[in-house]
Formats: sequence, C-alpha cells, structure tokens
Amino acid sequence: MAFLVATAIAIVRMKDLFSVIMLLGIYSLLSACFFVAMDAVDVAFTEAAVGAGISTLLMLVAITMTGREENPSRHKPVLALVVVIITGSLLIYGTLDMPYFGLAGDPVHLHVAPRYINDSMQEIGVPNIVTSVLASYRAFDTFGEVVVIFTAGMGVLALLSVVRLPKDIAKDISNIDSLNKCMHEEHLILRIVAKMLIPFILLFALYVQFHGDYGPGGGFQAGVIFAAAIILYTMLFGMSTARRVINQSFIQLLAAVGVLLYGSVGVVSLLEGKNFLDYSALSADPVAGQHLGILLIELGVGITVTAVMVIIFFNFAGRSNDQQNKESNES
Amino acid sequence: MIIGLYNYWVVVVLMMIGFYIVIAHGNLIKKIVGLSIFQTSVFIFYISMAKVDGGTAPILAEGITQYSNPLPHVLILTAIVVGIATTALGLALAVRIKEAYGTIEEAEIQEKDNLDC
Repeated sequence: MAFLVATAIAIVRMKDLFSVIMLLGIYSLLSACFFVAMDAVDVAFTEAAVGAGISTLLMLVAITMTGREENPSRHKPVLALVVVIITGSLLIYGTLDMPYFGLAGDPVHLHVAPRYINDSMQEIGVPNIVTSVLASYRAFDTFGEVVVIFTAGMGVLALLSVVRLPKDIAKDISNIDSLNKCMHEEHLILRIVAKMLIPFILLFALYVQFHGDYGPGGGFQAGVIFAAAIILYTMLFGMSTARRVINQSFIQLLAAVGVLLYGSVGVVSLLEGKNFLDYSALSADPVAGQHLGILLIELGVGITVTAVMVIIFFNFAGRSNDQQNKESNES
Repeated sequence: MIIGLYNYWVVVVLMMIGFYIVIAHGNLIKKIVGLSIFQTSVFIFYISMAKVDGGTAPILAEGITQYSNPLPHVLILTAIVVGIATTALGLALAVRIKEAYGTIEEAEIQEKDNLDC
C-alpha cells in the first residue's frame, strides 16, 4: 500500500509524460497485487491485463500525437492543495465511523452476499461465485456495462476514424512488400519470439474465456487478453499488415454482434415467458439452462470487449501513422 | 484502530492525489492520468470492503467455509473494463483537441478561445 502512495506522489512530481505513463503502469500492477492479497482474484486478473497492459499502451500512443512534455505552469497550486486537504480530512473523518477492515460481521457482508455464497451452487451450478453473480444474478447490469463499452468504442470511432482512400490502400500494399523485405533484418528476435508467443496468448485467452465458470476468468478478461495479442501483432508487423489480417468493418461488425448476442439471449428467455435474461428458460433443466446462458453471454461479452479494444487501438495508431505520413510529405 | 482503518486512509490519500492532479495540472493527458488514479482508489476501497479475515477467493471448493464477499468483486471487475473504455474516449478527445488547437495545455486553449471571440 505504501508503494502505491509513493508511486502516485511520483506521478504528481513528474513533468515528462512518458515517465508518468510508465509509473501509471507500475501503479496498476501494484494495485493488481493488492487485489490478489485481498482475495479478489478475478479483479486482479482484469486490472493486470487492462491497467498495466492496454491502458499504458493507449496512453503511449496518445502522447506520440500530443507531445510528451508537460508545461510546468500550474494554476494556483496552493488553492488546489487547500481544497484537497479539506476534502481529504473530511473523508478521513467519515472513515472513523466505518466498521473495521476485514470483520466478518460488517454490514456489507450481511445482506445479499450470504445468499450468493450459500445458494449459488444449487441455483447456478457454477463454482466461481463471481461469474455466477456477474452473468446470472446481475446479468442485467452487466448488459448495461457491455453497452457502455460498445458506446465508448463507437465514440472513439466517431472522433478518430480516418477515411481510407483506395490510393492509400495501394500504398499500403507496396509498404507491405518493402516491410517483408526488411522484416528479416529489423527486430528479428522480437518478431520471431512474438510469432511463437501469439498463438499461446490466443489459446490462453480462449482458456480464460471458457474456464471462467470454474476458476478466475470470464468474458471481460479473455476479451482484453485476446485484444492484447492482436495489438502485439500490430505493433510488430505494422498497421498495414494488421489491417490486411483483420478487416476494419469486420471487427466493427463483431462489436455489434457481441452486444446483440447478449441481448438476444435475454429476448429468447422473454419469448419463453420468463423474465429478461432468465436462463432457466433455455433448457428443460434449469441448471443446464444457466450453464448455457452464462456460456453464451460470456461469449457475447468477450467478443464485444475484444472488438472494441482493437477498434480503439487501430484508430489511435492509424491516426498517428497518418500524422507522421503528412509531416513527412510536407517536409 | 490504526490497522483497522489503514486501508481506508490510504484510499483517501490516493483519491486526494488524483483529485489534486485533476485540479492543479493544466495538461489534459495528465488530468486523465489523475482521473485514473482517482478511479483506482475507488476500486481499492470496494475491494477492501469485500475482504473477510480468514476468507478465501470466492470460488466454491470443498472444506472451505469462509469466502470474501463476491458482490464488490463483480462491480469492480466490470468497472475496470468500462474505465478503460472511457479513458480511451478521453484520450481520443485530447487528441482531437491537439489537432484543432495545436496544444493540450488548458491555459493555452483558453487563450486561443479568447482571441477568437
């Protein structure tokens, strides 16, 4: 915990945005370790993949476009400090009424949690309680979250999407040929190691996706890991090669398919005369229905998360590529 | 007393560091970094609440009776992924602002706006 605070203070002091972002990655990794210590394995998994992996990457791509130096001038640091200290001390005063950390009798642990812990095995039949709560008891909330992710992906697309002319694509193809030539000279070790690693990363993502019922894992984590593999490929082999492997409009279609898969599971259970997202409608045996339902919606979540992460990265990276091309044309 | 509330205090300190970055720094990327520190402190707060002494990770297994509370874990798991999606949206906005104004320092953007009026 003390490490977390130290890293955060270092982030305040740093002027160089590059080191700020690296420190933010360390900070995320530290908090992931903390989550493991707090028995929240699923959360730690997600934080390690998202915070230390994807978000660091996205921020790095963003600073290649916006410049890495921060202007030293700040507006009224003393005033800000006063506001912060007052708010902080009020919050600390508030914590004095909190029950102590880790007691089993805290109010948090007394309401819905015992039901989930005691009954979820009979009702859902899935050992990982986090998965059963995420995908079954609170499936409606999760549906909302998936829609939010989808919307954010669309927002990035609307803000940053680049119109690609046929001329550019022709140029890309000639680029690829020259790339293939120099590929054996530049970053040879990196490329070969990555080529060996990527299939395993993809396999691991599938394992996380389908093993989420029994161990830590699930659609969100698997989606992020899958996207990380694709992003790794893009970084090493260049945007234009990656664009040929993964079609832009196909990946946009996938993002929508994921959300629709999730929603249609709900609609099917409505048509069967049950509540929205009540999986016992999917099969004669309620527990088998739950299994099928969780599998399907986790798949929907996984597809959407992968597609949105890849869309976001492609748009950022494509934008910065185009900027560099423009600058080299002008000079 | 000190041990009992230590986690919550660290959360408050982290939250305030994030808050300070957001209000005192003019650089938009730095502000986004501040927001994500703030966000992580909220995650830590929820996860700390879910911890039960002597409990294990909430995956059912034989011979274990004490589990930590799964509900905050679910909330935070989805919140992390939503958080990265919204951070990406924020970064996209910052990139567009850079293209439109040529800078991501708040003060300089304000100046340019004033000139235009």
